[in-house]
Amino acid sequence: MAEAAIKPLTLNFGPQHPAAHGVLRLVLEMDGEVIERADPHIGLLHRGTEKLIEYKTYLQALPYFDRLDYVSPMSQEHAFALATEKLLGIEAPRRAQYIRVLFAELTRIANHLLNITTFAIDVGAMTPLLWGFEERERIMEFYERVSGARLHAAYFRPGGVHQDLPTGLLEDIGRFCDTFPKTIDDLEELLTGNRIFLQRTVDIGVVSEEDAFDWGFTGPMLRGSGVPWDLRRAQPYEVYEELDFQIPVGKNGDCFDRYLVRMEEMRQSLVIIRQCIEKMPEGPVMVENQKVTPPRRGEMKRSMEALIHHFKLYTEGVHVPPGETYTAVEAPKGEFAVYLVSDGSNRPYKCKIRAPGFPHLSAMDFVCRGHMLADSVAILGSMDVVFGEIDR
Amino acid sequence: MNPAHKELVDLLEVSLPGAVTHAEEFRGELILWTDQEHLVSLATFLRDNPNALFKQLMDVTAVDYPQREQRFEVVYNLLSLSHNRRVRLKLPTDEETPVPSLCGVFSAANWFEREVWDLYGVFFTDHPDLRRILTDYGFEGHPLRKDFPLTGYVEVRYDEEMKRVVYEPVQLKQEFRGFDFESPWEGILHLPGDEKAETAEHEDGGKA
Repeated sequence: MAEAAIKPLTLNFGPQHPAAHGVLRLVLEMDGEVIERADPHIGLLHRGTEKLIEYKTYLQALPYFDRLDYVSPMSQEHAFALATEKLLGIEAPRRAQYIRVLFAELTRIANHLLNITTFAIDVGAMTPLLWGFEERERIMEFYERVSGARLHAAYFRPGGVHQDLPTGLLEDIGRFCDTFPKTIDDLEELLTGNRIFLQRTVDIGVVSEEDAFDWGFTGPMLRGSGVPWDLRRAQPYEVYEELDFQIPVGKNGDCFDRYLVRMEEMRQSLVIIRQCIEKMPEGPVMVENQKVTPPRRGEMKRSMEALIHHFKLYTEGVHVPPGETYTAVEAPKGEFAVYLVSDGSNRPYKCKIRAPGFPHLSAMDFVCRGHMLADSVAILGSMDVVFGEIDR
Repeated sequence: MNPAHKELVDLLEVSLPGAVTHAEEFRGELILWTDQEHLVSLATFLRDNPNALFKQLMDVTAVDYPQREQRFEVVYNLLSLSHNRRVRLKLPTDEETPVPSLCGVFSAANWFEREVWDLYGVFFTDHPDLRRILTDYGFEGHPLRKDFPLTGYVEVRYDEEMKRVVYEPVQLKQEFRGFDFESPWEGILHLPGDEKAETAEHEDGGKA
């Protein structure tokens, strides 16, 4: 009997699928169980952030960054604040820099907790999610105590951070640093040696070093392929230069290595947080130049000039000198950058957001080809995509 | 200019004469201006030359200046891991003139260029798959152009009677308000009717 030719099947994955990590429509051309071509359709969460920012002052533009990658909000504010500061030619005071680094690393832990645990649930492990989210909630509480909001903090502002740390917060974060390693150990015990987890991730979605460069990979996706590259080390911003930490690097560039890199990054973030708490200097948390940053509330009650400054800054906003900059930070997902063009007015002329997930997802077709359908879910999970930032 | 940047610009001048029309530095960031003819060879050279090794294309975008004759600036941000250096390539173009695609040099350019095509309407030649990427299926116009209104032209809603999503021209309950903040920051420099100040200033100017 002659073999019947199997017609290639087109499978529509998403846009409403829990394993799609948001609203991704993935059109898969299948040969039986094997993926022949993957065509991700993105843009279902497109809100026109870049267009909106062009119509807002610099301060009003900042909260949009929380809403990009809503899993790691502060890292993105960080890039925008740094870019604006670069154009303004100011630098945040020492204490503000330490607070920023402290919260950037807390954000990294929050992000990796979400990624690792949802990745685990994608490949069949339920428990890590429940354990991880408990710890994530603690980090959200720190967010709330410092900014008033659990998710959309709007805490890093051009010129520093919005408010000083409340009393007792540093001690509580210190206590969190003591208890959290136990959770990482527990998670590792559940996953790292788990036979099912290994079968689903080892040698799946292998990306070589050259391919990672070609596709513009950054962050854990690049380090998982064995490239020791981290902007915190290579192009240090804020006070990262003074801090001591290691950069974990993978070996094989598969999903499992990327998971391991993220695990170790959480431990390294704790090391950084501890150093920040230890070295936290006293002083102001905002540049004390009232042409750029708002005056203190107490001053506003007494000084007419301070009141005028406050009024001008919150209605008109600061005029940023003409120029352009491409400023990048090492966000938990990779290089998050802002290409900011100013024409000298109080609104950005152009603000391009370089989301790390965008090039990662663009390589989906390349990485998925020849894999089984179930592997596409593991690959997607290990890419750590969030559609808020990819669709913008 | 930073000596390392100067070295790179000199190297390009020798190896690819005419490729870089203009080089500048702003806040320590190197910007190289090029044209359609030289873009691909310049990018390939920057990727492969041992003194450059810009192996990663980090970002492609465009900026719209409607008042210019060549209204778009296509901007490429490259990163060299080996030399820990960034460079920005810029290319002026207008609505009609297409730009050669960099997909053959960097695979990452594929989606970035699709995005620029979608949002700005800059056409890329030799692109394998130049479809819209971020906007809706069947969207018309290029939303990041300065002449595209913030509120857009169409709005969607689910129609209960037709049992499907319908597209309608956008209707604003309230006019879109753009505020003009172009008043001088330092307040009024010359008070009308304050002749004394003007004469004092004039005298000061005479002395100096």
